[in-house]
Amino acid sequence: MDYVIEMLNITKKFGNFYANDNITLQLEKGEIHALLGENGAGKSTLMNVLFGLYQPEDGEIRVNGTKVNVTNPNVANDLGIGMVHQHFMLVENLTVTENIILGNEPKKMGIVNIKDAAKDVEEISKLYGLNVDPYAKIEDISVGMQQRVEILKTLYRGANILIFDEPTASLTPQEIQELISIMKKLITEGKSIILITHKLQEIMDVSDRVTVIRKGKGIGTVVTAETNPEELATLMVGRQVTFKTEKGPSYPKEEVLHIENLVVTDNRGIEKVKGLNLSVRRGEIVGLAGIDGNGQTELIEAITGLRKSKSGSITINEIDVTGKKPREITKVGLGHIPQDRHKHGLVLEFSVGHNAALQEYYHEPYSKNGIMNYRSVSDYAQKIIKEYDVRTQGENELVRALSGGNQQKLIIGREVSRDPDFLIAALPTRGLDVGAIEFIHKRLIEQRDNGKAVFLISFELDEVMNVSDRIAVIHDGQIVDTVIPTETTEQELGLLMAGHTKSEALKAKKVGDDQNV
Amino acid sequence: MVPIISIILGLLVGALVMIFSGYNPVNGYIALWNGIFGDAYAIGETIRQISPYILAGLAVAFAFRTGLFNIGVEGQLMVGWFAAAYVGSAFTMPMYIHLPLSLLAAAAAGALWGLIPGLLKAKFRVHEVIVTIMMNYIALHVVNALIKTVSGGGFKTEKIQPTASLRSDFLSNLTDYSTLHYGIFIALSMVIVMWFILEKTKTGFELKSVGFNENASHYAGMNVNKNIVLSMIISGAFAGLGGAMEALGTFGNMTSRGGFTGIGFDGIAVALLGANTPLGVIFGASLFGSLKYGANNMPNAANIPLEIVSIVIALIIFFVASGYIIRVAILRMNKKKEAK
Repeated sequence: MDYVIEMLNITKKFGNFYANDNITLQLEKGEIHALLGENGAGKSTLMNVLFGLYQPEDGEIRVNGTKVNVTNPNVANDLGIGMVHQHFMLVENLTVTENIILGNEPKKMGIVNIKDAAKDVEEISKLYGLNVDPYAKIEDISVGMQQRVEILKTLYRGANILIFDEPTASLTPQEIQELISIMKKLITEGKSIILITHKLQEIMDVSDRVTVIRKGKGIGTVVTAETNPEELATLMVGRQVTFKTEKGPSYPKEEVLHIENLVVTDNRGIEKVKGLNLSVRRGEIVGLAGIDGNGQTELIEAITGLRKSKSGSITINEIDVTGKKPREITKVGLGHIPQDRHKHGLVLEFSVGHNAALQEYYHEPYSKNGIMNYRSVSDYAQKIIKEYDVRTQGENELVRALSGGNQQKLIIGREVSRDPDFLIAALPTRGLDVGAIEFIHKRLIEQRDNGKAVFLISFELDEVMNVSDRIAVIHDGQIVDTVIPTETTEQELGLLMAGHTKSEALKAKKVGDDQNV
Repeated sequence: MVPIISIILGLLVGALVMIFSGYNPVNGYIALWNGIFGDAYAIGETIRQISPYILAGLAVAFAFRTGLFNIGVEGQLMVGWFAAAYVGSAFTMPMYIHLPLSLLAAAAAGALWGLIPGLLKAKFRVHEVIVTIMMNYIALHVVNALIKTVSGGGFKTEKIQPTASLRSDFLSNLTDYSTLHYGIFIALSMVIVMWFILEKTKTGFELKSVGFNENASHYAGMNVNKNIVLSMIISGAFAGLGGAMEALGTFGNMTSRGGFTGIGFDGIAVALLGANTPLGVIFGASLFGSLKYGANNMPNAANIPLEIVSIVIALIIFFVASGYIIRVAILRMNKKKEAK
């Protein structure tokens, strides 16, 4: 078999830490090869070695059988390797075409030739069924579309080998389906793909083979058709993993969160939450299911005090917190795992220790009479690091250097350690691997069993179905219905989320039930 | 390693400039050296020159560490200068009250001048760079008008009372009757104050957090607007103390000015040279202060016109500030060696 890319026995060290320890990955022509590993297992490091961003200490890279020396990303480009980054590298206020030619502009007598470039972009777009408008501005198109622009960018530069780094992390289920068909189309046109992911179902759906790495070591390569998600999970984590989160029945008690007729506007003054009513009780997890952009963000911001509500009331523990400041609300008993961990959850330039204390620094023992006690901050951070299995070199490491999963574990550790009566978990498992997801779900359920109220916001239906005791469905700024997970189906939820009525949904549920029988 | 190479490169290019303009660089640099370290007197004057630079640098660095760009140090320094000169001359009190009060007046005036852009930023999101630049002009002319008023139409304030003076016979005698005064100790203690605020206090934790990430700080319950205002006040107070160095130490009064002192603007470079850390500011201020003072000797001792001297000094600072370029060059050379 011909390999388009071979990474043989790659070793990459940072100080004494082996990020990659003797890893081998061989990509066949025309295959989708998944690279599977937990957060921080070394996937990104390996790809950065391939892309010329890091130089390995040991091992060699071959392209089409010839040994190459990838000293920088330009070399990788020339070798036909293109990367579709997880965080898009696009200029928001430029058009699709302008973004694609950026840094490599075709010129006619010194003037950038946009027209021809746009034509090229359109042609490539058609060939691979990407359906991108070359003149659309990036800020006006959806996240899924933006990702296609990233794909186009690599293709425009002549890439034959495409690396997708966690491509589905920010996509809706529909967009994921479309992406999968685009990837298959790319293969039929003769491209080869490396897919970095920790989502097992995706691997089962699209890949031909899987290379698994764990804690920097290569565990092996398996043929997808000969394996199953359970085996992959075990290979990745190194132990058995449960998919269905185990939990006992819930015993809801008194109400902790009570929202009445809440109206919240977004930055442009448009109403996003329109007279919403909701309650969450002690001892239960209420899931909020809905399609992104139906008022979830504004709702959370209003509850947590980050945004003023226009009218209506919010009470926590029978205390009116409407219009209160974030710290006042926190003190009433709120914990909040924010949906954007980089924007709201962490100060990236701060150390792990500082971040651990971000909500608690202002009182004893962390500070006294205005003076910080950094020793007790360190102790507290070490406790969180240990209890929540945050993989870091220590509490003095900058949070920026941690992988996404470990950053998230730190936030969850910080919020749950405060033992709040009411915990908001907004997209708590976004971008995390199965091991971390399992861990986080367990913690949420543990909080519930300790008699706390948990409010889970998620775009992943199976997460909402698995973890919640009740599901509130939000559509267009209102709770359209509340359902019990065991008495509903994904089809019913999907229809409710799309704004259909209960009776329509019921019909669908019946069909679903019949199919299940 | 890198700063040393930077200074050597700066000196070399400065030498070229002197050669092309028909002057002897060796004589020029000997004059510069003697101007800085030549004798006890020169050393005393150099240290005296460094003090206000340290405070101006601290002012810029402090604001910068909390995410704000304070271009208004110049104006804050001038109002501080005037306030210290006025309080120092207009009252008669025992020294243990008068001197601290004069210093406090300078710090308060600078803080007030920082408060205004801080409030505008916090309340209306007006960018602090625009406001602080404009506040510099306001300071310049307000101070000139005040000098006229307090001096009954004159162009300088009265000399300060001995009870408000930072002058020190001891330091002066030690350095062959230079104008070295106690201000350097105030400047150095403010370095410790800045370090203490940022690294040890709760306020410092909040200020840094807001500087790095306003959103996360707001989410964590910090009052972002309060911290912006506070940061500008503290920064302005450092700058105001810088003015007090001139009022209570070097000059003993304030004269109406046709233009800026330049110390506040140089403070930006001092802070950036020092990577906005308290210790770094001492380094940056020492470089600026000694070059500025030592250069005065070049026209006298080596007959090099002041214009050329300014270019040479600017080149040295330019190369120190471009340390990054040198670091990259070293990296490249090492790589080439490895490849061989």
